[in-house]
Amino acid sequence: MGRTLAEKVWDDHVVRRAEGEPDLLFIDLHLLHEVTSPQAFDGLRKSGRTVRRLDLTIATEDHNTPTLDIDKPIADPVSRVQLETLRKNCADFGVRLHPLGDVEQGVVHVVGPQLGLTQPGTTVVCGDSHTSTHGAFGALAFGIGTSQVEHVLATQTLPMARPKTMAITVDGELPEGVTAKDLILAIIAKIGTGGGQGYILEYRGSAIEKLSMEARMTICNMSIEAGARAGMIAPDETTFEYLKGRPHAPEGADWDAAVAYWKTLRTDDDAVFDAEVVIDAAELAPFVTWGTNPGQGAPLSSTVPDPASYEDASERLAAEKALEYMGLEAGQPLRSIQVDTVFVGSCTNGRIEDLRAAAALLKDRKIADGVRMLVVPGSARVGLQAVSEGLDLVFKEAGAEWRHAGCSMCLGMNPDQLAPGERSASTSNRNFEGRQGKGGRTHLVSPPVAAATAVLGRLASPADLSDAPAGV
Amino acid sequence: MEAFTTHTGRAVPLRRSNVDTDQIIPAHWLKKVTRDGFEDGLFEAWRKDPEFVLNRPERHGATVLVAGPDFGTGSSREHAVWALQNYGFKAVISSRFADIFRGNSLKNGLLTVVLDQKTVDALWELTEQDPQTEVTVDLVAREVRAESITAPFELDENSRWRLLNGLDDISITLQNEADIAAYEAKRPSFKPRTLPV
Repeated sequence: MGRTLAEKVWDDHVVRRAEGEPDLLFIDLHLLHEVTSPQAFDGLRKSGRTVRRLDLTIATEDHNTPTLDIDKPIADPVSRVQLETLRKNCADFGVRLHPLGDVEQGVVHVVGPQLGLTQPGTTVVCGDSHTSTHGAFGALAFGIGTSQVEHVLATQTLPMARPKTMAITVDGELPEGVTAKDLILAIIAKIGTGGGQGYILEYRGSAIEKLSMEARMTICNMSIEAGARAGMIAPDETTFEYLKGRPHAPEGADWDAAVAYWKTLRTDDDAVFDAEVVIDAAELAPFVTWGTNPGQGAPLSSTVPDPASYEDASERLAAEKALEYMGLEAGQPLRSIQVDTVFVGSCTNGRIEDLRAAAALLKDRKIADGVRMLVVPGSARVGLQAVSEGLDLVFKEAGAEWRHAGCSMCLGMNPDQLAPGERSASTSNRNFEGRQGKGGRTHLVSPPVAAATAVLGRLASPADLSDAPAGV
Repeated sequence: MEAFTTHTGRAVPLRRSNVDTDQIIPAHWLKKVTRDGFEDGLFEAWRKDPEFVLNRPERHGATVLVAGPDFGTGSSREHAVWALQNYGFKAVISSRFADIFRGNSLKNGLLTVVLDQKTVDALWELTEQDPQTEVTVDLVAREVRAESITAPFELDENSRWRLLNGLDDISITLQNEADIAAYEAKRPSFKPRTLPV
């Protein structure tokens, strides 16, 4: 019987397999950041261990970094200590680090792909659940906890029980104005926040094959929001073209050997998935969340659901609590929801195509009075690219704030936060209670919906901007 | 890691589903660089409400958390496990855990027990009616017991063995050093490297 993409990559990384034990997997790339690594380095020190493979390890600063005044000392002393701890750990152990202010600094899941380090058929881990992003390249990539970070530092391996596989097949054409973000939000609403638990997802089908690498990263990024540790997309010509010429992509004979290997990774025609979900791309529409988990979403054209409509008692209670927290009424049109803040950025939607999509709608427009809009590039390089295209000026002229790279308001560890009761439309990945600041209320949206929402001051799609430029 | 064999303690019924790790420990606590001192951050936002179950005097000193489905979703932060342990919890019971949280818990000796929702409902009712009820989580017998409830649970034999003996994963893996070196020797040259070698 044939094998799936996930099974092929898994099998190629088994260091040791024994009855009654998890497989011991080799890790090709370990990404580090300041928040989940300090306790792991401490553990190494206590046991007198070193980093086994410095040449497969790289660190950057993203979660806890400011997006303003990055040339000045960090104001929050606790944050400063955390960044200094990473710098000391990397210096002590010899790990390559791209700190705040460095041209390669940025959100770890934006940095890996743009350097060409994320490659098909590799295993990629990081102490961050959105490591699933790298699956867009046909890599087996998953988030790990700090104990596992220490384990990978010390051994370059991880003992892992093999997950099941789930195919998510999306055929057809995405309608105009519908993005990868709308698609993944619709998938999560369909299978639920626990639907992917225990599985590696493989997104496939004609609609997926047509997506750019950046759009594929948006999809794989949010696999964890459906409960799946990893989501993957088979590598193809789009993948190879994206990688060719990047700083860490193979060259010469290595490139040819790599591509030949990468082409073998596609799921075999006779492979069998443990579960399958089929989605018709043509039926999708701009999608937003109304609740406090990423599965509580609906098409923008619909209304806030009535908790009484849920048959399952636990879902009903969750919906009641969500509406109370979000300050929403059942039956209220989603388009009537007014926002205070719009955030464009994060490992989900902080890449150059996302900034272009938002800027295209903001050009020659102003954001609504009283609305604050933050645009935070996913990496310093994305920021430079945006500046070279004049996007920063478009944002500033529209009234938005143009910031330096980092995770920023996605998780509100740095000063970019919502105030209690404040409501945002955010291109990030989690609408949990308090995620973007204590008492803050988050609606997850795509970059075009974020831009249209900023202009109208309420949840809106590009189609609601009556004079929207053609082709957007 | 501290070994886990069996534990008996009073329970906290947490009637909520999708308790994400941002609720368990909010992001601003993640600036700390230690594994301890997270107890005051546990469920920080909810604890502002005096009626929140953890704040009720009859729940003080309880060590078993009985939660709704999809506990521990979201962020991979191991701080969520440390916060539960720092507060005093020894075991968490739910009908479904998020994968990364589950892995983190078992690596720290916090036993996460999967029981079907009917049994969770029964434990909620029992511990709400009588907060003094003690719940036993027995890893040796792979069983949860409380008054008339006896519920077997599953845990793979390898994880159970590591927990029962409090074993350190890294030491176990390093016993296979020869296998790792052999694998490294045959890796193709086109694989990416972060540093020149």
